[in-house]
Amino acid sequence: GIKVRKGKTQLTVGVKTFVKKLENISDDKAQEILEENYVAALGICAQDPVGNGSSVSGSEVYSFQTPKCSGKTAELASELAQTPGQSVAPECPEKTAKTPQSSSKGYMFLLLMHVFSLLLQSKKKEFVSTTPYRLRKRLAAPDPYLESESEYSASCSEEDEEEQREVSTVLSGQKTPAKTKAASTPPPRNTLTKKVKEDKMSNLVEEYFEAHSSSKVLTSDRTLQKLRKRRLSQQTLRDLLKNAPLAYAAEIKELNQQHESLFYKWMLQLHLGFNILLYGLGSKRDLLEKFRTSVLQDSIHLVINGYFPSITVRSILNSITEEVLDHIGTFRSPLDQLEFIIKRFKEDSSLELYVLIHNVDSQMLRGERSQQILAQLSSLPSIYLIASIDHINAPLMWDQAKLSLYNWLWYETTTFSPYVEETSYENSLLVQQSGSLALSSLTHVLCSLTLNARGIFRLLAQYQLENKDNPSYPGLSFQDFYQQCRQAFLVNSDLTLRAQLTEFRDHKLIRTKRGADGVEYLLIPVDDSTLTDFLEKENEEV
Amino acid sequence: ANFFRERNSDSEDIELRFVTCQSLWKQIKLETEQIQEDLNKQLFDNLVSFLRRSHSEFQKKTTTWTCRMKSREIPTAALVLGVNVTDHDLTFRSLSEVIQNSITPYVALLEAKDCPGIKNLMQKLMGQLMNCYIDVDSLEGEDYVQVSQNRIRCSMTSLINWYGSVTKKTDSETPSKKRTSSSRQWQSPPVVVIFKDMESFTTKVLQDFIVISSQHIHELPLVLIFGIATSPMIIHSLLPHSVSSLVCIELFQSLSCKEHLSTIIDKLLLTAQFPFKLGEKVLQVLINMFLYHDFSVQNFIKGFQLCILEHFYSQPLSILCCQLADAKKRVNSLSHGQCESIRRLPSFRRYVESQASEKQIALLTVDDFLKETTQKLLEDLHVYHENYFSVLRCLHVLTSSLPKYPLGKQIRELHCACLENQVWETEEYESSLQLARMLNKSDLVTMLQQCVEIFVSSSGKEFGKTVEKLKKFLTQFQKLEAEAFQEQDVSVSSQKELQKTTDLYHLQKTLLELKESRRSKKLSKFEMLRSEVVDYIDSLVRNYLVPADHKTLHEIVYFNTASVLRGHLNAAPRTALHTALNNPYGYLKHQALKSDGGSISSKAPDICIVYKLHLECGRLINLVDWLEAFSTVVMAAEGPNADGASSDQVDDIIHARFIRAVSELEFLGFIKPSKQKTDHVARLTWGGC
Repeated sequence: GIKVRKGKTQLTVGVKTFVKKLENISDDKAQEILEENYVAALGICAQDPVGNGSSVSGSEVYSFQTPKCSGKTAELASELAQTPGQSVAPECPEKTAKTPQSSSKGYMFLLLMHVFSLLLQSKKKEFVSTTPYRLRKRLAAPDPYLESESEYSASCSEEDEEEQREVSTVLSGQKTPAKTKAASTPPPRNTLTKKVKEDKMSNLVEEYFEAHSSSKVLTSDRTLQKLRKRRLSQQTLRDLLKNAPLAYAAEIKELNQQHESLFYKWMLQLHLGFNILLYGLGSKRDLLEKFRTSVLQDSIHLVINGYFPSITVRSILNSITEEVLDHIGTFRSPLDQLEFIIKRFKEDSSLELYVLIHNVDSQMLRGERSQQILAQLSSLPSIYLIASIDHINAPLMWDQAKLSLYNWLWYETTTFSPYVEETSYENSLLVQQSGSLALSSLTHVLCSLTLNARGIFRLLAQYQLENKDNPSYPGLSFQDFYQQCRQAFLVNSDLTLRAQLTEFRDHKLIRTKRGADGVEYLLIPVDDSTLTDFLEKENEEV
Repeated sequence: ANFFRERNSDSEDIELRFVTCQSLWKQIKLETEQIQEDLNKQLFDNLVSFLRRSHSEFQKKTTTWTCRMKSREIPTAALVLGVNVTDHDLTFRSLSEVIQNSITPYVALLEAKDCPGIKNLMQKLMGQLMNCYIDVDSLEGEDYVQVSQNRIRCSMTSLINWYGSVTKKTDSETPSKKRTSSSRQWQSPPVVVIFKDMESFTTKVLQDFIVISSQHIHELPLVLIFGIATSPMIIHSLLPHSVSSLVCIELFQSLSCKEHLSTIIDKLLLTAQFPFKLGEKVLQVLINMFLYHDFSVQNFIKGFQLCILEHFYSQPLSILCCQLADAKKRVNSLSHGQCESIRRLPSFRRYVESQASEKQIALLTVDDFLKETTQKLLEDLHVYHENYFSVLRCLHVLTSSLPKYPLGKQIRELHCACLENQVWETEEYESSLQLARMLNKSDLVTMLQQCVEIFVSSSGKEFGKTVEKLKKFLTQFQKLEAEAFQEQDVSVSSQKELQKTTDLYHLQKTLLELKESRRSKKLSKFEMLRSEVVDYIDSLVRNYLVPADHKTLHEIVYFNTASVLRGHLNAAPRTALHTALNNPYGYLKHQALKSDGGSISSKAPDICIVYKLHLECGRLINLVDWLEAFSTVVMAAEGPNADGASSDQVDDIIHARFIRAVSELEFLGFIKPSKQKTDHVARLTWGGC
């Protein structure tokens, strides 16, 4: 009983939207259709197994089991908040979401999402909010269940009121003929909804194209800026995480022990010409470290932190030639260096080297050439390679030829340990970029330059800051820049300016790119806040 | 070797086991190399004769008109090797060896990855050629190394100068020395340049090289060999007409990798020569990997090596997996612990249960008696193998000639079927016997002859009678010949009748009558004999093709853990990640993580929660919404007591956990930052995984 009633209230919400949409057809007709649709939708609700949502925990709200209705949390929330006749109570988001009632609504929610998503799509460009009086009255009737629903919707954001406008404008932007047609004939549309629900497990291909078909993506416009807590700095993040206890430590330890029992087997297989590759969720750094400390203590070994953002094959080769082979001297190319290494290892059969690479699939090492060189290294009988991969597409780096050079034996070592070291270099969106590194490097480089050169750079920086509000700012064109520099008596010919710019470019202080018209544009690839800091500092000095 | 030991420090004889393993592997490796060599022999012979031919004009220094016309063309061999790129290395290595031994010391092997430009190519080429000169004449070697690396500018002229000086030197050498080896019987041996992987060379480099060297073909007898993985058409798509007209191409086709594999399987697996055997599943995995992944025989052999290693590593009784005579000796020196582990073998337990009760007690308590029995059983196993392979081949002869190949075209398929279960109980076997009962005489006779050959050449001792029996069948068939003639007459007459009738109705009628008469007719003598033969083969099959795991002590020689093999060689890292994220209970055996799937457990590790939430999203994900969803889920787990004064601090921690989980997902490649909208990330995967 309760279920169905709840469904009713939900539907009224839906119905209202319908009305809006149908407004421009004709009022009478709309009513008819409305009634029809109402009944049909009710039917759907009644079909639902009643006991479904009763025993689910609060978290279940978010476990939308249908991938179909994905990504519409916010829309739905704002849509619900749109319901007239209800006061949206701004509350602490977490608290409301925790209310036990919301759990049982999870299922209804799912169902409604279908209706809504379809409705939203077919929404007309100009909708006038002149709901028929009859209906409005019904909606305004006090209903405890409706009330709780609205609470939930409020939980999504405090700013729903202003946002729903945005959402709806986004939505109204897209209008296709097919959708117009669908809007004029709601009942078949509704059966379609039913169908959609039925084969929600339909094949992934369709899902993919569905998600990629429209250029507009429907997500809410909320930004982190508006949250109370903004971005955390790297340091505070680390401190916070240190305090948070690691879940399932005992189980993780057990997993690790399982993997550790394989150490001797790995050694055996390494010696028989195979190389070991570890994969699976969780950081494998500690495991490899343990391997290193427990088995490789007495042998020559080289540890390569692939996740380090400035690692190169060259540096790997250098450390082999310089520190393992004690060779002083430089090589013209990595290939020469590789050849030298191969020769040395072939000559001296007593030479053995264990190479441990954390993340052989890292950004810097995944290139074709680096992998080729690593593969050739690993194919040497006296170089034993043991590496780990984490990226889901990592196996794509290797073709058959490389795979046969590597001669991998794959080991699944799922550890579930957090990627502490590995992600500390990742420039996460959520972590505030301190920019200190960039700033110090900027000042460092500029210190060593002439006064004129610093003036040139400052000019460019100022210009960039002036344009920081322009999202399509392409950079300063070379000619304009030249003019400005001339006016400031910084250069006397464009050749000197070019020479100066080359120096900047070499230090990665500026970036040039060609615009569509073939003009060269100059940019400083540093974020605005750093640039402001820099200018302030410069001004102090000057 | 000591790594082999340390893990299994509890059991004895590990040293011996490791040695056995290594020696077995060495034997097998030698065998495979031998096979490879034999298979390539034909191809190499052809190539060598081509190389000899290619510069005969140059040798004779003829100056005829046609010769001069042709002399702009570089003789080229296009070697079509197939897509199994990994095997090519070995082929090329042995090819260059063969050429060096029989034709010319000047062979250069070039790979695309070393030659991004024409300069690198020339450098590499000259380096290899001059090094090989040093090999020939090591007296002046050191000078040459320095010269080649530092001073000589890499150009065609310097190459020609070098060639001139080298050939002159051999000219001036005493003629008696030259006679000794066939390779130097020519005054000017050709220079062979092998392009290992022609497809991956930059076209520009290739074209330039060909154009340049064709200019100098008078002075430098160059021969090119292109290694081609796809099809010969690639030459024409890589080289424009103006360039391809400068090379005179002859096509060589190498042996297909499938044939190579069948030979390997035939020589390594379908023989009693090697004590180690592969179980059905393992073999299936290896073959599937070959057929569906790489067509690489090398990888197949590598997999085989891994099997051997795993078997000897994980099975302590594998110490008995050696030649029969050794095994018998080793049985005598088994320790009590090892006897116990024999008793633990499931196949041995089955055997014990089938024995009489006092024998059972003896087997389970007296070590010496056990050893004796083990020896006997091992011998049985050996004999079983000997018989098995002969009968298997025999059956293969029969089934491979049947239409539609109900039991598979290749003998390996038949082998797998026989290993899997009792083959005579399968439908395929029945249908193939039925088909065999319809074979015509000539086929049947050739088949019988082949079987006789197989049994005669086999090492099994029990086949004397079988051979006799088969021979008797053959003579009976010959006797039948006369009678067969008469029957033919009958059929001819009926055919004549057929020809007489002209209208369809009558034709149909007569045909029906004919059919009727055939059905009612008693089986002819041939037919009776035929079914007798088929029955006999059937009885052979039932006798000898018992699946190996019905045999006692099969665990000692059969490696059967296919999952290990598949995990190591054909891993699915994405699936592993997905399972770990979706169902952490599979890894972390914690009661709280048990879930019925689909829903998000609030107790799961953070990354799992974040991952599941992200699965619900579309192409772009709003970080704020995601964070909120995450905190809701997590808060639900913490329970209601979390709210209150401390909630702010808790929030911070949740926020931090969320950040960590998201950056981990980014690290794993599921999402990436997006510039399309502020504070959004783009999803990089679709579907379950």
